[in-house]
Amino acid sequence: MNIIVVGCGNVGKKIVEMLCLEKEHNITVVDTRTLPINTLVNQFDVMGVLGSGTSLDTLTDAGVRDADILIAVTASDEINLLTCLIARKSGHCQTIARVRNPEYGKEIHLFKEDLGLAMVINPERAAAAVIARNLRFPAAINIDTFAKGRVEILKFQIPEDSVLNNMKVANIVGKLGCDVLVCGVERENETFIPHGDFTLLANDYISVLAPLKTEAVFFKKAGIKLGKVKNTIIVGGGETAVYLAKLLNESGIDVKIIERDKKRCDELCELLPKTTIIHADGTDNRQLLEEGIENTSSFVSLTNIDEENILLSMFARTVTDGKLITKINRIAYDDVINKLDLGTTICPKNITAENIVQFVRSKRNSMGSNIETMHRILNGNAEALEFRIKENSPVANIPLHSLNISKSALVACIHRNGKIIIPRGSDAMMSNDTVVVVTTATGVNDITDILD
Amino acid sequence: MNYKVILHTLGSVLNIEAACMALPAICALCYKDTESFIIYLLSALLCLIVGVALSLIKPKRTTMYSKEGFVTVALAWIIISLFGAVPFFVSGYIPNFIDAFFETVSGFTTTGASILTDVEALPRAHLFWRSFTHWIGGMGVLVFLVALLPLSGGSNVHLLRAESTGPSVSKLVPKIRSSAKILYLIYMGLTLIEIILLYLDGIGAFSAITLAFGTAGTGGFGVLNTSIADYSPYVQITITVFMTLFGIDFTIYYLILTRRMRDALRSDEYKVYLGIILVSALIISINCRQLFPDFGTSLRHGFFQTASIITTTGYSTVNFDLWPALSKTILVALMFIGACAGSTGGGIKVSRILILLKSIRKEIKIAAHPNSTHKISMNGKTIESETVRTVSVYIAVFLVLFAVSMLIISLDNYDFTTNFTAVAATINNIGPGLGLVGPAENFSMFSALSKIVLSLDMLIGRLEIFPILMLVSPYTWKR
Repeated sequence: MNIIVVGCGNVGKKIVEMLCLEKEHNITVVDTRTLPINTLVNQFDVMGVLGSGTSLDTLTDAGVRDADILIAVTASDEINLLTCLIARKSGHCQTIARVRNPEYGKEIHLFKEDLGLAMVINPERAAAAVIARNLRFPAAINIDTFAKGRVEILKFQIPEDSVLNNMKVANIVGKLGCDVLVCGVERENETFIPHGDFTLLANDYISVLAPLKTEAVFFKKAGIKLGKVKNTIIVGGGETAVYLAKLLNESGIDVKIIERDKKRCDELCELLPKTTIIHADGTDNRQLLEEGIENTSSFVSLTNIDEENILLSMFARTVTDGKLITKINRIAYDDVINKLDLGTTICPKNITAENIVQFVRSKRNSMGSNIETMHRILNGNAEALEFRIKENSPVANIPLHSLNISKSALVACIHRNGKIIIPRGSDAMMSNDTVVVVTTATGVNDITDILD
Repeated sequence: MNYKVILHTLGSVLNIEAACMALPAICALCYKDTESFIIYLLSALLCLIVGVALSLIKPKRTTMYSKEGFVTVALAWIIISLFGAVPFFVSGYIPNFIDAFFETVSGFTTTGASILTDVEALPRAHLFWRSFTHWIGGMGVLVFLVALLPLSGGSNVHLLRAESTGPSVSKLVPKIRSSAKILYLIYMGLTLIEIILLYLDGIGAFSAITLAFGTAGTGGFGVLNTSIADYSPYVQITITVFMTLFGIDFTIYYLILTRRMRDALRSDEYKVYLGIILVSALIISINCRQLFPDFGTSLRHGFFQTASIITTTGYSTVNFDLWPALSKTILVALMFIGACAGSTGGGIKVSRILILLKSIRKEIKIAAHPNSTHKISMNGKTIESETVRTVSVYIAVFLVLFAVSMLIISLDNYDFTTNFTAVAATINNIGPGLGLVGPAENFSMFSALSKIVLSLDMLIGRLEIFPILMLVSPYTWKR
């Protein structure tokens, strides 16, 4: 597909990086600054055009007439919207805009159609949604959803006293009596896609695919504390905090926001009548103790400074066993950050990029390929892809053990007419099923690509 | 420095060269020349063995950074020249290996400077190979490699950048591989049209093909001792037109083919280039009026020689060494200007000269009004001061290398005109110069040292200095 990305900031770069992995898109990047364009052009197989996205000349140079999708992710909402409007009027492309101003957010549905926007993404709101999902299931470090939300891949660490310690993967279903599938294991710096005779150990990070209904049962039987979240403390009262507090209030979780700016506190009071707003310096540990950080069942650090968030979470870890969530803006150094005990880390820019890339994929599906959703799991070392099996697909109706499936791939789940099947060797994929495949190979674009 | 990825890429380049050598072998078969056939077959095998051995090296990390890109390109060109010289040397037609190397470098860099006194004595397979090296070198081996093989990631842009000509290299379309393919398709298309047009004159398929290769790469190796002088005016005019066409930025053709006429018209460079050709050719034709029976002939030779020199092809229809001083001076000036950036031609390039002249004008304006601000623009766009800086540096380094080369070859004790034009004709990838290296002469009298220096000059000129400089610079190799 022909894709134009306007704005080469962190989000733009992440989008380009993810789309380039798929190797089949013609990507053009547009920015008003030379340096970020040069960096991207040198690093990825893309073309750079210098200029503003709001100029028709620049967009024409970038090939807007033949573009399928235009993604506007500059720092300014107005420029993004205007870029999309111009692109829409001069070409036939679908447009995606990043709009973060909550004032626009409320009215967006009014002009979404007028501007011809296919998708509007608000990074703060997207991040809040992910945080809320994590707080609803605090035992997991990471949650990705498939099959329209019916199946999730949950990543968590095996505790010392769990029955999973020293258990073979093949025995899990029999011993725990619930239908789940271990689709990835991270041990120290290695990543495995385990087969039946793989033995799990304590402190392994495992990614488990489970239908929504069985999740709770599985965690209980595996001896992992569910620790349901009843209340949460949020440090930093930015936009993300507002969206998050709203979501959490809806699901009956008590929220306390600690914000250092008095004026902002007043605003928050108006915006969030159900939430306790505390005017205090969240980086002062005595104030945190006073607000009951020791007894809270979850703690979210959402200040604008990464270092502060990291320190806050590390401090929280020393005084509480609750669920921790740390917001980190800087995308680089995630290897180092993952080694720290920060609970779940959230990167709004990554989330934005991932959401956009998913939209691009879904567009591509209507143009031939058939990936429904894709998530990078196991620290980015593997992909979990959801495919739709076409009519007459060569893999249809053949039991899995008779298919020559590559060692680096695993068919993890079959979704048939709303029913979730965790497949065993004798199960078969049928046309119109969607299946989730976990693979360490890159460039898998079709279900047949996982065959050897 | 990622040595493995460099060696692996060099292996692929040699495999391509081996495939290219199959063509002269086929040519030899057509003329029932078993000896040449065996020589080219064995040379291709040698290339293939080394190439396959090198490409078996599997790099752990396939990304290529700027440094690796430059070094790979420089090494690739030296290696293909070394292997390309093997048939000439083994067959005994060029008994000295340095001579054979000079001849091949001259071919690949599309210079067309020869050390052969009697070209017609060579078997046709060798003549074919000589011309074919022009065609390969014109657009570049690594561009071909990028078009052909799915190499890793986006980092290949460094390879393309190191091999393509001009102050700033950009892609035609987002994907590097498609860009390279488009360039080669345009190149092949134009060459094919020229072959057909030349063939219509009845000069035979062999001459039509070899002459078209020489024109397309803006090379200049002919198949007759008299270069183009003995062909009909129709052939000469066709070649004039095509030399001019191959000297234009290929992006323009792409824009025309995709019907973006407005963008094509916006470019300044080719307009200036065509302007220079028109004005120079007219002055030369008037200046040389007395040498020819009528003004028409004078015009034909004037245009042919102007196009031949400015595109750095180096074909000749007459011995321009015998022309009046004004005409000769214009020709020497044209040698330095060269063709458009992004074409197959050599020289400093019209765009660099334009940027240089515009920055001179800017400096004068600033001297007059110290507080005024100026921007240099070309093709309707402002040029980054970074680009202006690299152009100035390029020309400065060019002049330094020019002076050093001249110093070294003056050891042979030939006259100043010979030395000056010998370096000018090689570093700008033209071929013939004036004096003892004039269109009727050749480079055979130089010493081995001078030939090596001139070979390096040709590589420096074709790859636009920096890849070769990077290769010998200690900064590149420091850990």
